[in-house]
Amino acid sequence: MDSVDGMNSTPTPDSLHRYWRTNLRWISGLMLVWFVVSFVLVFFARDLNFEFMGWPFSFWVAAQGSLLVYAALVAVYAWAMNRADVVHGVQERED
Amino acid sequence: MSMTRTAIAKALFRAQLNKLYRWYAGGFFCFVLVMSVLEQWGLSREWIGFLFLFTTLVLYAGIGIMSRTTDAAEYYVAGRRVPAIYNGMATGADWMSAASFIGLAGTLYLQGFNGLAFVMGWTGGYCLVAFFLAPYLRKFGQYTIPDFLGERYGGHAPRLLGIAAAIACSFIYLVAQIYGVGLITSRLTGVAFELGVFLGLGGILVCSFLGGMRAVTWTQVAQYVVLIAAYMTPVVWLSVKQTQVPLPQLVYGQQLQQVTAQEQRLTEDPKELEVQALYRERAQVLAARLENPAQALADERRNAQESINQLRASDAKPADLSQADKRLAALPKSDVAAEALWREQKAQADAKSQPLNGMAPHAQQFLGNPEGTEAERELFDVSRRNFMALVFCLMVGTAALPHILMRYYTVPSVREARESVAWSLLFIILLYITAPALAVMVKFEVFHVLVGTPFNELPAWLGAWNKVDPSLLSITDINLDGILQLNELTIGGDIVVLAMPEIAGLPYVISALVAAGGLAAALSTADGLLLTIANALSHDLYYKMIDPNASTVRRVTISKVLLLVVALLAAYVAAQKPADILFLVAAAFSIAAAAFFPALVLGIFWRRATGVAATLGMISGVSITLYYMATTQSWLREVFGVTAAVDLWWGIQPIAAGVFGVPLGFLVMILVSWVTPVPRRAEREWVEFVRYPNLKGPKSGQGG
Repeated sequence: MDSVDGMNSTPTPDSLHRYWRTNLRWISGLMLVWFVVSFVLVFFARDLNFEFMGWPFSFWVAAQGSLLVYAALVAVYAWAMNRADVVHGVQERED
Repeated sequence: MSMTRTAIAKALFRAQLNKLYRWYAGGFFCFVLVMSVLEQWGLSREWIGFLFLFTTLVLYAGIGIMSRTTDAAEYYVAGRRVPAIYNGMATGADWMSAASFIGLAGTLYLQGFNGLAFVMGWTGGYCLVAFFLAPYLRKFGQYTIPDFLGERYGGHAPRLLGIAAAIACSFIYLVAQIYGVGLITSRLTGVAFELGVFLGLGGILVCSFLGGMRAVTWTQVAQYVVLIAAYMTPVVWLSVKQTQVPLPQLVYGQQLQQVTAQEQRLTEDPKELEVQALYRERAQVLAARLENPAQALADERRNAQESINQLRASDAKPADLSQADKRLAALPKSDVAAEALWREQKAQADAKSQPLNGMAPHAQQFLGNPEGTEAERELFDVSRRNFMALVFCLMVGTAALPHILMRYYTVPSVREARESVAWSLLFIILLYITAPALAVMVKFEVFHVLVGTPFNELPAWLGAWNKVDPSLLSITDINLDGILQLNELTIGGDIVVLAMPEIAGLPYVISALVAAGGLAAALSTADGLLLTIANALSHDLYYKMIDPNASTVRRVTISKVLLLVVALLAAYVAAQKPADILFLVAAAFSIAAAAFFPALVLGIFWRRATGVAATLGMISGVSITLYYMATTQSWLREVFGVTAAVDLWWGIQPIAAGVFGVPLGFLVMILVSWVTPVPRRAEREWVEFVRYPNLKGPKSGQGG
């Protein structure tokens, strides 16, 4: 279904709508991970004190883990939406 | 046909850039090598410092001159052809200021886990940039952030508020950068601070003045290379020295364990307890004086005078007499000065009567104890709440600072804008993931090497830095046992990065490299900020609101003149050495967050958001943030003459005031949008244009 849109040079309002829904779904999912890492894990930091690769787990999350997750989230979003642009036929034209 | 041609041109451009910057990095590496050989041959420290400063400034200026331009698109957005990876590097340099480069590791050293709020906040904000802003700003494809507000909401009010907020937060931040430049330049070459400020100013202006965004972009890439090399080299060395592994980020866990074990020992050490008791006595004496400062000062004066009289009467040695004279002369001049001085001394003595010099155990999450007494439980809750509030403010502030958002106008496409955020974050993380490792390894060095060493065997760098600035480092043998206890050592946060090469036992050339890195960090951020301010005034205020018929040459010229004026103004303010500069920088995040984030995000994601709502949302968000800061932060309270008792809401510190401003901004915008008429059709179509990469704009021809 989706790939059919990609063939079209002018996307229909319907496919624009689907594209935006895809975008919102990705953002919601990734923001959920962002929220859990930034605020839920931090809230329970004192309890998550078990050793992890030599660090207390919550210290490692705040100093390294969360940063790596953030980088992964941004990279995944770029990959997913750059692909969605093509799938839904809304990619920029170079001219 | 044309598509392939642009693709080929792009590939060629990129290949050329790769070649250029490979040569640049190689050349810089050779320069450092040559300098270290020269040091072995006996070149003096002053000369090494001077050559580092001179060479890097000439390099940046050279790039600035090569990139000079008067074309509007080149001047404002670097011609929109900066590849994603290079924009990532430029954003990294733009983002990492003197505070990140020099201050962060020190904050982590002093605060341990609680300082990690800065690490999380200053990186996690890029998720918000990526999801909610960067692609849409690029699709909008104009020049500034107030521009975006003006086009989306129509009318002059949102644009004008945007201009005011952009200038307010950028100017505060700019003053702090120029201050940092002056500090590093004067340290590196020994010139006076004020002269250092104006030398650095030359380095900033030669880039932004001649070539605007284009010159700033390519200089920032060069500055990123210097700053990351300067940060990594000594940390890797320190890691090899301590653990034999050159990857500090992977191995400092074991150092943290040893630091924690040593903290336990130091807390119970009888010598440490003795020092703490002495400081507790001192704090009590000061507390007694503070009960009636006027009386206490008079007593002190009388005592000093009496001892002089006694010495004179007993025919004492001249040395003793002059010492007694000095003691009298050193007493505060007025009651007010005495009270301020004693209050400060008491705070220090109070901290030093705590175990571990008043620092929380490094790995301990938050202060207090959730299973302790009621006061301890309360302290734990408030400390955790403040950590999370600060993370929130720094994240949203990151996603609202105009000089960062502006960078995403310079990439060629929406695709590359998305990729560019990922590159930005990667380049930024490189430094932020290393800073906690550095803090732990320096702490390891202090706890294991310095503490317990006899005073006459302490390393030479301690004395050297004490001479440079006693507030950075001072030692007092208060219990007179000839051995250094932890609580006898006072260090300022900045020393952690500045003295790290010496702590690691590296040659002076690395110290100069670190200073050059700090300079690169401050200069690159200052460049971006200066452009933001000048563009807000020349593009938004002058072109869009005063004279829409102005030619592009005229606009660029006006921008350059403004640049000069703003830079001089900022340098003038910085040369006054304003107090509490670090608080002001943190305040800029909260102000930017409250002013821009709700209006920008709702403007893209909610068609129904109206101009009136944006105006009121921005005003209310910023107002409550400023009000909270002005009534709770000690320095601002003085400025505004607030005398009422400090009333913290839920115990939130003033640094995180944005935690009230952002939600209020969203709330007001949503409520007011519902009761105001639906935005005009042109505005709704504009939202569609920004959302979908392929749609042509309402004013076609401006997209590419």
